[in-house]
Amino acid sequence: MSLIKQFRNGLTRSKGGFIGRLGSLFGSGELNEDFYEDLEEILVSGDVGVETAMKLAEELQVEAKQLKYKERAQVKNLLFEKLVAIMSSDREAPAADQKPHVILLVGVNGSGKTTSAAKLAYLYRREGSKVLLVAGDTFRAAAVEQLEIWSGRAGVELIKQQQGSDPSALFFDAMKSAQARGTDIVIGDTAGRLHNKFNLMEELNKVYRVVGRCLEGAPHQVLLVLDATTGQNAVAQAKSFNEALPVNGVILTKLDGTARGGIVISIKDTLGIPVRYIGTGEKMEDLAPFDPAEFARALLEF
Amino acid sequence: MFSNLAEKLQNTLKQLRGKGKLNEKDVDAAMRQIKLALLEADVNFKVVKEFVAAIRERAVGQEVMSSLTPGQQVVKIVNEEMTRLMGETQSSLTFSGKGPTAVMVVGLQGSGKTTTVVKLASHLRRGGKNPLVVAADIYRPGAVKQLQVLSESVGEICYSNEEADPVDICREGLKLAERENHDPVIFDTAGRLHIDEDMMSEIAAIKKAVNPHEVLLVVDAMTGQDAVNAALSFNETVGLSGVILTKLDGDTRGGAALSVRAVTGCPVKFVGVGEKMEALEPFYPDRMASRILGMGDVLSLIEKAEASVDQNKAREMEQKLRKQQFTLDDFKDQLGQLRSMGSLDEILNMIPGGGNIPKEVRQMSLNEDSFTRVEAIIGSMTKQEKQDPSLLNSSRRRRIAMGSGTTVQDVNRLLNQFGQMQKMFKQMDSFDKKGGMKKLKKGKKGFPF
Repeated sequence: MSLIKQFRNGLTRSKGGFIGRLGSLFGSGELNEDFYEDLEEILVSGDVGVETAMKLAEELQVEAKQLKYKERAQVKNLLFEKLVAIMSSDREAPAADQKPHVILLVGVNGSGKTTSAAKLAYLYRREGSKVLLVAGDTFRAAAVEQLEIWSGRAGVELIKQQQGSDPSALFFDAMKSAQARGTDIVIGDTAGRLHNKFNLMEELNKVYRVVGRCLEGAPHQVLLVLDATTGQNAVAQAKSFNEALPVNGVILTKLDGTARGGIVISIKDTLGIPVRYIGTGEKMEDLAPFDPAEFARALLEF
Repeated sequence: MFSNLAEKLQNTLKQLRGKGKLNEKDVDAAMRQIKLALLEADVNFKVVKEFVAAIRERAVGQEVMSSLTPGQQVVKIVNEEMTRLMGETQSSLTFSGKGPTAVMVVGLQGSGKTTTVVKLASHLRRGGKNPLVVAADIYRPGAVKQLQVLSESVGEICYSNEEADPVDICREGLKLAERENHDPVIFDTAGRLHIDEDMMSEIAAIKKAVNPHEVLLVVDAMTGQDAVNAALSFNETVGLSGVILTKLDGDTRGGAALSVRAVTGCPVKFVGVGEKMEALEPFYPDRMASRILGMGDVLSLIEKAEASVDQNKAREMEQKLRKQQFTLDDFKDQLGQLRSMGSLDEILNMIPGGGNIPKEVRQMSLNEDSFTRVEAIIGSMTKQEKQDPSLLNSSRRRRIAMGSGTTVQDVNRLLNQFGQMQKMFKQMDSFDKKGGMKKLKKGKKGFPF
């Protein structure tokens, strides 16, 4: 089963969920105020956020008028294009042309960083890269063990220190060792932290600086791991993490549930941070590059 | 955006000033604001619809109390209704009359079950119980180890058996509790998606095996619209008795609490407010109501302040603030008291609009080192200087810097901060009897340190 299909299965399984409702809304009937209001509501129910939902509905209404659209289906196409346009990144993900290519995963507690780190490592390893995982969550009990088990399963190397050690020191060692070993890809897990904890965000910034000092241009990617069930707070998360260190992508996890992760539209729209990967399960291969068209299609049940 | 609903409503209803009753048109305008605010706070849209309809009915035609503006009157009604919906009183756990109380903890992946289980055990032990925690998450790598390590760190006893099936583990755990007189026994189940049929039947089987007195759903306070779907499924499958809301120490408004409460009817029993094992608190419906509405957790703040600030000093301070006689000595005192209240970050988040305090202000105040420096600088001033900082010319500042082992820049920065704080106090309207704040003119920055 394709990932997106899994995602859609999850969506359709929720009773009266997003998909079913959009489908019926776009099915037939005229374009009136109610239609746009319903549309707004449906977007909101997918965690798109009130502001963005209102903006989208208003824009659609204006454009549909200009184009003299009469059918709901026409507006559906328009919305699809709009979503694809918002979600498409004008920049490609940074290419792994420098060795080692360093990727840091950051995010709040429980968003799925450790699992995503393992999945990402497995993805790169399958492409034939030499991968080093860094067990950078030195705070949470057994987080190191968790990644250790994953690294064994993914068949990649792991650098760790004991729980409670300084993550910056660990990353310093990891960078030195990656450079010595000729590693292609370094994937750094970090401890989950709420974005409003100043000291913890400073700690993250220090990790960022240490990595940069070991290798100019590193880390090449900082990916915010975001739980798809998160509501409006995700925007605040993205903003704060991006202030602590430049975030250049999102991994949207847990899309195999009934949540749609519509908040990434606001994140892309307001902060310009694109989604790079989606997580759709607990298995190692349940991570895929993000495809805006597929995402929008799944949302709008094309 | 909707950081201050009260303010927004007041703007919407400005033209109403002086009218005696809330009419339909006014209420509708207010309801739109409330609807938006609740949606922004992640309350499920269906719940919002029902809620707003109920409020509208109650608000139309109501007399505006003489002491309130119409906007405040509406906020008052909304706050009351929401508090009522959240459950008017605190709910605690039900304990078994005979034999160990079985508490089952369930939830989605990453909601915080494992941490919560240990926090709960630790909380109950402080209350004189002798709990046992049971590790039934055999799926996530390291989950059992995590529970063991956390339990050990606070002296809790953890039963696990990674070779067995979760239902058997729980059954064995219960037997062990009976044998060794543990009560309660808390089961940490694996995180699961509410649409994963196999995993959902597993918790149904566990429930059947241990016949729990409490089934608690752990919900991440940052959850969005989907909170209702998960809560409904879990409730259907295992019949919830309560909810624990986690990660409330973030800056989320936590509308999921209202959604989950509305669709399951289950009370929130505890909230998780930090990574430390003591960071589990009882749930206060009224505080959650004002948090969701974006009015800040003023009550919590006041209570916290009351618990740690000397009452007489607070009264004295209030007098000084009223008379604008806040001196550098008081400033130092306040900093000392603040430190004993806990993390400033935590406190800032309880203030209305506290989440919006600019980063520079947080930075200046959050650094522990700077507390020490401030104390040193103020300690190096003469009595007169402390009373009247305008005396501080550049030579005096140099002397103070030398005396405190800091730089003139540090001294200048402190004086600037002090000046800003004095300005903040001037913006405050009035203080209530408790010495807390009743109303802030500029809600964003007016915090009485």
